[in-house]
Amino acid sequence: MLGADAIVKCLEAEGVTYVFGYPGVAICPFYNSILDSEIKTILIRTEQNAAHAASGLARVTGRAGVCAVTSGPGATNVITGIATAFADSIPLVCITGQVDSSLLGSDVFQEADITGAVESFVKYSYLVKDAEEIPRIFKEAFYIANSGRKGPVLIDVPIDVQNAVVTRFRYPQEVNLRTYKPTVKGHTVQIRKVVKELSKAKRPIICAGGGVLLSDAEKELRAFAEKHRIPVVSTMMGIGVMPTRHPMYYGMVGNNGHPYANRAMNESDLLIMVGARVADRAVSQPDLITENKVLVHIDVDPAEIGKNVGPAIPLVGDAKHIIQDFLEEEFTCDHDAWIDVLNGYRSTMGRVRKPNPAYVDPAELIRMLSERMEDDAVYVADVGQNQIWSCNYHIVKNGRFLTTGGMGTMGYSIPAALGVKLADRDRQVVAVCGDGSFQMSMMELATMRQFDVPVKIIVLKNNYLGMVREYQHYTYRDNYSVVDLAGSPDLEKLAAAYDMKFMRLATMERAKETIDAFLQNDEAVLLECLIDPMDLVK
Amino acid sequence: MKKIYSVLVENRSGVLCKVAGLFSRRCYNIDSLAVGETDDPSVSCMTIVSSGDQRTVEQIEKQLNKKLDVIKVKTFDETASISRELMLMKVKYNKGNRRDIMEICEIMRADIVDMSKKTMIIQICDVPEKIQLFIGMMQSISIVEVARTGTLALPKCLESDQ
Repeated sequence: MLGADAIVKCLEAEGVTYVFGYPGVAICPFYNSILDSEIKTILIRTEQNAAHAASGLARVTGRAGVCAVTSGPGATNVITGIATAFADSIPLVCITGQVDSSLLGSDVFQEADITGAVESFVKYSYLVKDAEEIPRIFKEAFYIANSGRKGPVLIDVPIDVQNAVVTRFRYPQEVNLRTYKPTVKGHTVQIRKVVKELSKAKRPIICAGGGVLLSDAEKELRAFAEKHRIPVVSTMMGIGVMPTRHPMYYGMVGNNGHPYANRAMNESDLLIMVGARVADRAVSQPDLITENKVLVHIDVDPAEIGKNVGPAIPLVGDAKHIIQDFLEEEFTCDHDAWIDVLNGYRSTMGRVRKPNPAYVDPAELIRMLSERMEDDAVYVADVGQNQIWSCNYHIVKNGRFLTTGGMGTMGYSIPAALGVKLADRDRQVVAVCGDGSFQMSMMELATMRQFDVPVKIIVLKNNYLGMVREYQHYTYRDNYSVVDLAGSPDLEKLAAAYDMKFMRLATMERAKETIDAFLQNDEAVLLECLIDPMDLVK
Repeated sequence: MKKIYSVLVENRSGVLCKVAGLFSRRCYNIDSLAVGETDDPSVSCMTIVSSGDQRTVEQIEKQLNKKLDVIKVKTFDETASISRELMLMKVKYNKGNRRDIMEICEIMRADIVDMSKKTMIIQICDVPEKIQLFIGMMQSISIVEVARTGTLALPKCLESDQ
């Protein structure tokens, strides 16, 4: 058995179903070995998207996504995808080919020090120097990626190591790392303290982040909020922890969030942040969330607690375990008056938009779309104005809402949606992007065609990089610089070129029929919606 | 606030770079850094002296602990530790100042460990402040070059030590 065969066996042992990637000489032994495996390979059109597709798959399956690219430019191209996964704590295992180990450091063709380059964007990285180490390294890599605070792990494998003979292959049952033992169970004393505060609190609120989804704790969170009638708000990455129309859910917080959600958080007397980083977009003034209130911060990563704000009660552990512990504690509380106040805010502090009737109103379009989408559908939002409208107007039922909130990488939605659809072909998957973000990933229409992945794509077209234009509108008094997207392709012709169904919506007239037709049948459709170039998210 | 971090790490290539990179990426200061193998050859000890406000010094410890090559982090104040630094200093001397140099060395407990007709190397091992003081004393004499190890430190012995 060769090193490359050993790698494939490791992936099989981990239950990997898809590998996203792009071959080159340095990873060819691996791609040769994988031909004999049941694992399916997806030739993505640029390496960055291999990581995004693996991220989409990981987010719906709860297991690490895998991508495999070649050395040098293949490896450096994947960095943005890895950094995106790192910022959003998405488990990935990224395999990079590398030049012959005897040539390392001599700047030969397609050599890049990838483990050095990704150091600040990975949870851990390996440079494999001995093929016999492959089973241990892969076992560790999957364990590291998928435990504690999840994240990407990179394994760099020189071509001679892939071609070396492995005398003995035994996939380890367990991982024993003396340096890595993530805390899962919450400390009993701290849990009691939180429960004590909860029974005293008059205006408690839970702010749930992406960590709740990553630990698969939505059910527990819902049960806890319902049992004690505790209102819940979420960060952008936390959207979907509760159905949008759940009576105890009060929307997304942050500078792009709902005003009533921010007001609810600010007026609470007990704030339980769970699986949220307290980063600048969700909490622009960290000092405010400790003012006149008790702050509880629950996170699996101890370094997140106290990084941006000092909580009164820090609680390290996995969200699912901790909320389960909360559920077992019995206490009485009465928050009816507080809930009445919040319901008042929710009904009076909604956003008022004045849509231009000459165009499609993205807010109404997204609302209509989400109402018509299947109950467990997955909605993938890109980055830009489309993302903010999606966050504000998409109605999550029992499906998922995916986006990149940490890194905000344009072009995320199409490859991520592709990964989601491959992971679960029975699910309806819709990617919503702008015309800027679409053009960052439009090469993946070929991947969708080649592997028959029927993702539905909506492009909100305004011929501008809308989010930057909006910023320049407010900050530079409409002095627009480098935001005009003139020269963009005719999407109808583009869809035809990829043999893809195309639809266009120019105004809200016939919007319902168009959306119904768009969602009908499990086939790939590109829906272009013309929106007002001067529209604003705020 | 000054803190000394005694960081036990896996003795592997690239680990120093990862730890040093953490400090630069997160804008933490490194006042000094010393690395060496411990009694266990698979473990290295990095002694890092850093400074910052309360939140920063706590974050440094947490971020160090997060690194997968870090086995253990011990953080202590200078007052709770025994710290030493070794310095070698080459100076030019002449007949006129040779006795002065020897006198300063005697007072400061420094040793002359090498000599030629015009230069000598002085070795001093002491707490970092004394080393700084010694450099100050010698500045009037012409210093050719200086090599310092950076601070090494261990927490003070306690009766409760196991």
